[in-house]
Amino acid sequence: MSVAAVAPVPTPVRRSGLGKLIRRRERWGWAFVAPFLIVFAVFLIAPLIYAFDMSLYQKGLVGGERFTGLHNYVRVFTDPLFLQGLLRVAFYVLVMVPIQIGLGTIIALVLDVLVTKLSRLSRLLIFLPYAVPAMIGALMWSFIYSPNFGPITQLFNALGLNAPNILAPNHIFAALVNVVTWQWVGYYMIIIYSALRAIDPSLYEAALLDGAGGLRTAVYVKLPLIASALIMCVVFSLIGTLQFYTEPVILGSAAPSAIPPTYTPNMYAASLAFNQGLFNYAATVSFSLGVIVFIGSYLFLFLTRKQNGLR
Amino acid sequence: MLRSTSSRSVAAAAVAVALLTGFTACSGTPGNAANPSGAAPKAACDNTITKTSLPQVTVWAWYPAFKDVVDLFNQNHNDVQICWTNAGQGSGEYNKLSTAVQAGTGAPDVVMLEFEVLNSFVVRNALVDLTKYGVDSIKSDYTAGAWKDASSGNAVYAVPVDAGPVGLLVRKDIFDKYNVPVPTTWDQFATAAQQLKTAGYPGYITNWPGNGGAGILALWEQANGGASGFTFDSTNPTNLGIKINSDGTKKVQQYWYDLIQKGLVAHDDAGTTDWTTKMVNGTYASYIAAAWAPGYLQGASGASPDAQWQAVPLPQWDTSSPVMVNQGGSTFAVTTQSKQPQLAAEVAMGIFGDMDSWKIGVEKAALFPTYVPMLTSDYFKNLQYPFFNNQTINADVFLGAAQGYTGVVYSPFTSYFYDQMTQANANMLQGKSSPSATVDGLQNTLVQYGKDQGFTVTS
Repeated sequence: MSVAAVAPVPTPVRRSGLGKLIRRRERWGWAFVAPFLIVFAVFLIAPLIYAFDMSLYQKGLVGGERFTGLHNYVRVFTDPLFLQGLLRVAFYVLVMVPIQIGLGTIIALVLDVLVTKLSRLSRLLIFLPYAVPAMIGALMWSFIYSPNFGPITQLFNALGLNAPNILAPNHIFAALVNVVTWQWVGYYMIIIYSALRAIDPSLYEAALLDGAGGLRTAVYVKLPLIASALIMCVVFSLIGTLQFYTEPVILGSAAPSAIPPTYTPNMYAASLAFNQGLFNYAATVSFSLGVIVFIGSYLFLFLTRKQNGLR
Repeated sequence: MLRSTSSRSVAAAAVAVALLTGFTACSGTPGNAANPSGAAPKAACDNTITKTSLPQVTVWAWYPAFKDVVDLFNQNHNDVQICWTNAGQGSGEYNKLSTAVQAGTGAPDVVMLEFEVLNSFVVRNALVDLTKYGVDSIKSDYTAGAWKDASSGNAVYAVPVDAGPVGLLVRKDIFDKYNVPVPTTWDQFATAAQQLKTAGYPGYITNWPGNGGAGILALWEQANGGASGFTFDSTNPTNLGIKINSDGTKKVQQYWYDLIQKGLVAHDDAGTTDWTTKMVNGTYASYIAAAWAPGYLQGASGASPDAQWQAVPLPQWDTSSPVMVNQGGSTFAVTTQSKQPQLAAEVAMGIFGDMDSWKIGVEKAALFPTYVPMLTSDYFKNLQYPFFNNQTINADVFLGAAQGYTGVVYSPFTSYFYDQMTQANANMLQGKSSPSATVDGLQNTLVQYGKDQGFTVTS
C-alpha cells in the first residue's frame, strides 16, 4: 500500500571487491521478482502492445483491415460519443472525488479521537459497504431506487408524497454519485485512519502544550502528516472514476434511457467491441482512455510532489 | 537541479503506472456479465449424449426447454448428435459469438440468432449461405415473412424457428369497467386513451418505451407499408440503403409523442422490473405485444388477481389495407467457422423440423412457430390459453398476423441502431427535439455510421 514501496529506489552500486557477491544477490533478486514480472508481462504489457497494434489498423463492418497509423486516434478525439463520455466522467471526478475523500477524511479524523466501543463498531460499519462486491452493491441500489417497489418510493407514498423517479435521466448523476460514495468512503477512511494511527502521539502533546485545540491539531498537525496517504487516495479515486464501468452498467439495466451504452468511455469501448464488433476502434478507445488516465494521474502526482513524498 | 527534476518525474511516472496497473487488476476481479471472455467451451455439452460414437454438432441456444428438443433430436438421429450449450440469452450470446468471429475460432457449428441480428453477422462473413446445402427444399414449410427475414437476396442464412407477430393484449376488465370499446384503428386507440382517462381510469392505455427498439421499429414499419427503411443484399454487401425518416415514421412518432404529452400514454423503459410489474398490475390497460410476450406476462409477479386478458389484432392506420408486423423471433444459422457445414446445416434444418419437437416448443418454451405444418394444424389453432380465459389467441389474432407478415430487411448494425434509437427517444421525451427532428437526427446518425463502416450509403 505504501507509495514508497512501489517507487524505484535508486541503489548506489559499488563495484568493489564485493561486486561478485552483489551480482549474485542481484540474480536472486530477479528470481524473487520473476513471478510478478511474468504475470505483469503476460497480462498487462502483452495485451497493451496487442491493443496498441490493433488500434493502428482500421476495419469497418465491410471492407478489409488496413493500416492507418494514428488515424483511429484522430477519430476518437473527434468522436462526440467518446468526448461526451469523457466529459461525463470528468464531471464525476470533480464531484465524486472531493466528496469521497472529504467524507473519508472527516470520518477518519473523528474516529481517530474517539476511543469507545461505538467508534470501533462505526469504523466497521462504515467500511462494510466496501466489502460488498460492486456488482451486488449496484444491484441493491437499483432496487432501492426502483420507482415502483423501492423503499424510497414506499417511504414517500407512506407520507402521502409523490416519489421522485431517481432513475430518470435528470437524477441519474446524483444516484450514481451516491452509490459510489457509499461503496468507497469506508475504504478511503480506513487508509486515512491507518495513516493517522502511525503519527507519533508526542506531536499531539507538543501541540497541546502550544495551546492547540482539537480542530487546530487536526488541521495543522494531522492533515499535513497524512498528506501522502490523502494523495494516494485521490489518485485511486481519480483512476477509478475515470474508468467508471460496473455501477452504470448495472444501474443501466434498470434505467436504459438514462444510462446509454456510451455513458462512460469504458462502457463505450465494451459496446464497440462486443455489441458492434468494432474491435480495432474499441482498442483505440481503450488505449486513449488509458493514456488519459495515465496523464491525469501523472499530472496530479507531479503537482502534489511536495506533499506526496516523491521529492 | 535539472537532473533531480527528471528523476522526480520518472518516479512520479513509475508510481502512476504502478497505481494504474494495480487498480486495473483490482477492477478486473468481479466477474461481469457485460464483459464476456468469449471462448467457446469445448465438448462440454449441457445435454447428455448417449450415442457417443456419432459425429457431434455444437449448438448454442438459450431457452431452457431446448434440452427436451435436443434429447428428442438425438434420440431420433443415428447419423449426428447435438452438443448443446446455453451461451447466454440474446446479447449475452451475441457478444460471445462476436468475439469468436473476431478471434476466428470458438464459434459453434450452429447458433441461435434472432432474425434482426442475422445481417449484423452476415456482413462480417460469419454465417454460411444454406442454399448450397439444400435449404430451399424446406422453403414451403415456413411462412413467407419468416423466410424473407432469414434471407438476404437469394441467399438464405438461417432456418426460421419462432416468430413474433404483433397483436394487442388488452385488459378486458379495465376497458369494460370504464365502458370503453376496444380499438381496432389507431384513431380509435387515441380516442379510447382519452375516454379511459376521462372516465377516471388512473393508469394509461398503454406504455411507449423509448428503449423499445424492435417494438418501436415494428410500429414504424406498420405506417411504412411494412418496410423497415433499410435495403441490404449480401451479394453486394457494401451497398446499404437507409431511409427511416419517412413521413410514415414521423407520423407514428408524432402520434405517440402527442399521447404522452397529454398524459394518456406512459413512457417507462421496457425490460426493467418496474415495467414488468406495471404491465400486470393494471397500470397499463393494454400491451402492444408479440406472440411470445404472453409467456413472459404469465411468469410476472404482482399481477392483479382479477385481471382479464384478451388478445385482439393490432390497431391499423388504414383498415382497408391492413399491415401486419413482427417483433423478434429466432433462427438457427450455421457459422463459417464450422468444419462440418453439411452436417451443421442438417441439424439447423432438423431441430424444429417436425411436429413432435414443435409441441415441446409451443408448450414448454411458449414459442410461436414459423413452421407451417404446426401453424396450420388444428392442434395449434384450437389451443386454448388459460391466461386469456381459454381464448384461442392463435386463431383469433396471431395466425393472421403471422401469415399477413411479408418480411423486412434488417440493417447490418441492429445493435447500434437500437442504441441510437433509445438515445434519440430519450432526448425527445426530455423535450430536446421534436418527434420529426428526432427521426431526422437518427437518420443522419445512421447514414454517417454506415459511411464510417465502409458502406456506400444511399438515403
